[in-house]
Amino acid sequence: MVRCFLIHTVCPVSALGAGETRVLYSRLFGPDEGMLSDQELSLEERRVLQKEKIAVVARQVRSAVALSREASGRPLVETVPGEEALALQEADGGVVRLRAGDPFSEEMSALWLGVQSLGFTLVCEPHENLLLAEGTLRNLTRHCLEHLHMLGQGSEVLLRSNRIDALLSRLLPHGQLLFLNHRFGQSLEKEVAAYMAK
Amino acid sequence: MYSHGSESLIKQAREIQESELQKFYSRLVKLLQGKDFGHETVDSLQRLHLILSASKYTRTLPPELQKRVQSLLSSPAEQLQVLSSAVLRETPPLSGQELNYNQENVSQLNSHAAALLLSQAGSRADLSSLCAQLLRSLESRSSEGPSHSLTHTLPILNTILTHSPQCLTEDQETLLSKKLVDWLRYASITQGGGASSGGFFTGPRSRQPAPIAELDGTVSGDFFTVLCVGQGFTDDQWMNVYSFSMLRHWLLTYHSVSNDSTTADTANRLQLSLSLSHSHSFSNDDRSEIDGSVVSMVSATSSSSRLLPPKERLREKAFQYCQRLIEQSDRKAHKRIDADLQKACLVEAVCILDCVCVEDASLVYRTFPCIKALFGRLSSDLSFARVMLPIAQFYLNHGEMAAVDCESVWNLVFGRFPAELFNDHFLAHELLRFLRLNLESLQLRVPQYTHSFPNLLKLLAWDSPAAVDDFVDLLPSLVTAGTAVELLHTLLDLPCLSATLVLQLRSACLPISEPGGRGLLSLDAFRNPSFRGLFLFLLRVEAGSGDTIDRLGTLHELLAEVADWPRVVQCAQTVPVLLHIFFNTVTTVADEKLLAHLVLVMLERSSLLLIIPKYIKEIHRVFSCHLLRLCKLHPSLVVDQSHELLEFAGATANVYSKEEIYTHVVWVLGEYLSVSCDSRCSVRLITSCFEALEAVLFEVTSSAPPPGAVCPAPRVVTTLMSALAKLASRSHDLIPRVSLFLSKLRTVTRGGSVAWCSDEEDLVAIVTRGEELWSLLKAPGVAQSVLTPPPHVTTPQWHRDINVAMPLRLRALTNLTHSQ
Repeated sequence: MVRCFLIHTVCPVSALGAGETRVLYSRLFGPDEGMLSDQELSLEERRVLQKEKIAVVARQVRSAVALSREASGRPLVETVPGEEALALQEADGGVVRLRAGDPFSEEMSALWLGVQSLGFTLVCEPHENLLLAEGTLRNLTRHCLEHLHMLGQGSEVLLRSNRIDALLSRLLPHGQLLFLNHRFGQSLEKEVAAYMAK
Repeated sequence: MYSHGSESLIKQAREIQESELQKFYSRLVKLLQGKDFGHETVDSLQRLHLILSASKYTRTLPPELQKRVQSLLSSPAEQLQVLSSAVLRETPPLSGQELNYNQENVSQLNSHAAALLLSQAGSRADLSSLCAQLLRSLESRSSEGPSHSLTHTLPILNTILTHSPQCLTEDQETLLSKKLVDWLRYASITQGGGASSGGFFTGPRSRQPAPIAELDGTVSGDFFTVLCVGQGFTDDQWMNVYSFSMLRHWLLTYHSVSNDSTTADTANRLQLSLSLSHSHSFSNDDRSEIDGSVVSMVSATSSSSRLLPPKERLREKAFQYCQRLIEQSDRKAHKRIDADLQKACLVEAVCILDCVCVEDASLVYRTFPCIKALFGRLSSDLSFARVMLPIAQFYLNHGEMAAVDCESVWNLVFGRFPAELFNDHFLAHELLRFLRLNLESLQLRVPQYTHSFPNLLKLLAWDSPAAVDDFVDLLPSLVTAGTAVELLHTLLDLPCLSATLVLQLRSACLPISEPGGRGLLSLDAFRNPSFRGLFLFLLRVEAGSGDTIDRLGTLHELLAEVADWPRVVQCAQTVPVLLHIFFNTVTTVADEKLLAHLVLVMLERSSLLLIIPKYIKEIHRVFSCHLLRLCKLHPSLVVDQSHELLEFAGATANVYSKEEIYTHVVWVLGEYLSVSCDSRCSVRLITSCFEALEAVLFEVTSSAPPPGAVCPAPRVVTTLMSALAKLASRSHDLIPRVSLFLSKLRTVTRGGSVAWCSDEEDLVAIVTRGEELWSLLKAPGVAQSVLTPPPHVTTPQWHRDINVAMPLRLRALTNLTHSQ
C-alpha cells in the first residue's frame, strides 16, 4: 500500500531556510497509524503529528533530490506549458529509504520524481512492488502536470486540489497500487478527464 | 513552476484574520443553503480546504457549516463529495456527532465518504465495524448499480488490514477468500461494457460479445487476468484487477506459516497437492528432475481442487494465476505501458509464488521448473534485472530444499548487477534491501557474498547519499578476518572508485577525440593502456587478488582533478562513518596479528590518500581514534610494532603533515612501551624510543616550522614531553636528560615569543606542563607510579579485589545499619 502522496518544492524557496521545503499537496491514505498505538491523542494532535511526518518526508526527499542533482551535474531543462511529455522525460527519479521510526513506525521507501522545481513523492510500504509504484508515480505526475497546468506560473495545485483527489481516487484508490494495462488505464483516464472538464 | 503567487496564497491562508474568516464561513453557509451548487460553491469549498490545510494547527468549523458540508458527502455530484471529504478530513468532527460506523445505509458509502471514515477512525472497533459494513455490501451486491461503485471496497479493506489484521473475523476471512477466488479465477472471458463496434454492421452477429484478447492481439485461450484486454470490461473483470492488486498483501497477512501445523497436516497437504498435479495434463518442456511431480498446464482445472478449504483453494488459484501471468509475460506487447506492466506482473507473480511456497512447501516442486525457466529466459537481458531479484529471493528460500544449483543466480546478483547497473537507482535500492533482509541466509548459503564487496561498494561509490544508510547495516557482515586488510584499502579508496565509475561511463559515451571539456586529463589516463591495470584493479568484481596496488600514489596523481567532482566529494564524506564501523567490527573477528597488520596499514595509508580537502583530515581523525582503541585493547601491539611506530614517530616531517596521527602515535608509545604491558620490552627499546622522540622534540622547539607548514599545536609538544617523561620514569638513567631539556625550555621561553609557537597562552600552557613534569621527575619513585601506574590501579576491581573489598563492605554495612 501507498501511505502517502506529496507534491512539494525541491528548489530553494526565498521565504524558507536552505534545506526546507514547502508542501503544496499531501494526502495520507488509510487510518492513522498512531491511532492503534497506546498514545491517547486527540484528533487535533493526531493531525499535527501527521503534518509533521509529511514535512519530515518532504525534507528528506528534498535533500536527496539536491544531492542527486548535484552529483549528476545535469543542467535543469526549463520547459513551458505544452511540453509536459518533455518535462517528464527530463525528470530525475530516485528512492529514499525511510528507516523505521523516521518518521513512520515501520520502514518505508519514498519514491520521488523531480520535475524542475517540484517533487512528486510516493511513500510505499516495504513489500510493495516498486516497479509498479514507479509506473504509477510517473502516470500521476503526468496527469498532475497536464490537468493542473503545473509548468506555468499558476497556482492550480493549491486552488484545484480536488482534481488531484479525484485523480488519486481512480489511479491510487485509498493507496492501492493497481495493475492496469493500457485498456483499463484508458477507461479510468476517461473518467478522470470527464471530472476535470467540470 | 513554483511561483510567488503560490507562496502568497499559502501565506494568506495561514494568516487570515478571524473576522474575515467568520465572514467567509457565513457566506459559505448561505451558498450551501441553496439547492443548486455552481462554480462559486465549488471555488469557495476549495478555498475553505486551502485555509484549513495550509496550517498544521487545526481550525474548527462552526457547527452549522460543518453539518452542511457533511451532508454534501452523499451528494450526487462527485466534485462535492471530493471537496466535502477533503474539508472534513482537515477538521475534527463535531462532538457528539462522530461519524457513525454502524450505518445501515451502506449503499451510500461512496469512496470519498469512506476515505473520511477511515481517516477519522479512532479505534480497532471502528475499523472492524467498517469492515463488516463493507463485506455486507459486497455480499448483498446485486447486478444493478453503477459499474464500479464497489471497487473501492477491496482497497479500503486492504488498507485496514495493513494496520489491523485482526479486524476481520475468521468467517469474514473465509468469505473474502471465496470471493477472491471467484474474481481471480472465474471472471468473464468475454468483453464487457457495451462493446459494440458501431458503424454500418450492427447486425445480430456483432452483438455477440467478443472474447478477451492477449496483449499481443491474439485471442485469449484461458482465464482472465490483468494482462488481458478488451474494448470494455465487465464488473467482475474489474474486480479481478482489484483482487490481484491486493492478493500478495492478503496472502502475507493471513497466510503466514502457522506454527501449529503438525506433520500429519503437512503430509495431507503434500498428498493432495501431488494428486492435483497428477490430474493435470503434462507440459512438453522442462520436466523437473524430482520424481512424482510434473509441471501442470495452467488452464486444465482439476475437480479435486474443490475439495480444498477456502484458504488452500485461494492459494491454489493464486498459484495458477501467477503461472498464467508468467506465461503471458512472454508475449510481445504492442504498447510500452503494457510491456512495463508485464515486468511488474512478473515481479509480483514471483513474489506471490514465493509466498505461497513458504506457506506450503509441497508447492515448491511444482513451482521451481517454472521459475527456473523464467530465469533462463531473462538472465541475459539486463533490462529485466529487477525481475531477477524476486527470483533470487525464491532461490534463496527454496533452492536448498529443491536441491537446485543457485550459482548462476548469485553470479548475476553479486557479479553483473553491481558491476554494470550501479547507476540504476531503483535496482541499487532493491538489491541492497534484498541483502539486508536476507543477511543471515546469505552468509550461510552464499559463500561468495563476503568476497563480493569490491563490487557491492560500487553501488555506494556511485550514489553515496542513497546507499550509505544500507551500508551502515551491511558493512559488519562483510568484515571477515580473511579480507579485512583488502576491505580497509578498498574503503580508503572509495572516492577513487567513484571517480573511476564516472570515467567509465564518460568513456563509453564520449568519442575518443573529444576536444577540451572537463575531466580531460583523468579521462585520458583512464583510456591510456599503461594505466589500465590501476583502474581495472579498482573495478574488480571480487576480493582475493591482492590487498592493493603498488602504484597507488600514481593513481592518486592521475585523479588529482576529481577532487571537486560532486559525486566524488559526496562519496568521500561517507568514508569516515564506514571506517568507524569497520574498525568496531574488526576487533571482534581479528586476532592480534591481523590487528598489527591493520595498524601498519593505517600508518602507511595516512600519507597515501586521494587529495580532497577535509578528506585527509577526517581520515586521520578516524585513524587516531582507532589506533588508540586498538592499543588499549591489546597493549602488546605497541611493543610488537615498535619498529614501525618509532620510524613514524622519529620523522619530524610527520609532526607538520600528520599532526593528529603523530600525536596519537607518540601517546601510545609513551603509554604502552613498558614491561608491564609486554615483557619483551627491553631497556634498549625504551632508550631508542626515547632518543628518537627527544630528537624530534629538539627540532620542533628550536626552529620555526618549514615553509608552508603551521606551528604545531601545543598538544603535540606536550604529548612529546609527557611521553619522554613516561619513558624516563621506566628507565631512570634517562631522567637527567629530560630534566635538562625541560629546564632549558623554561629558560628559552622566558625570553618572550618563540618561532615555533605563535600564541602566548599556548606557550604558557606548554611551559607549565614542562614544569609539572620536571618537578614530578625529581622523585623518580613517585614519577614511576604516576606515569606508569601498575595495572591494578588503572583497572580497579572494586568489590572483586580482596584488599579493596573489605573496606567497601564495611562501609556499606555501616551505612545500612545507620538508618539516618
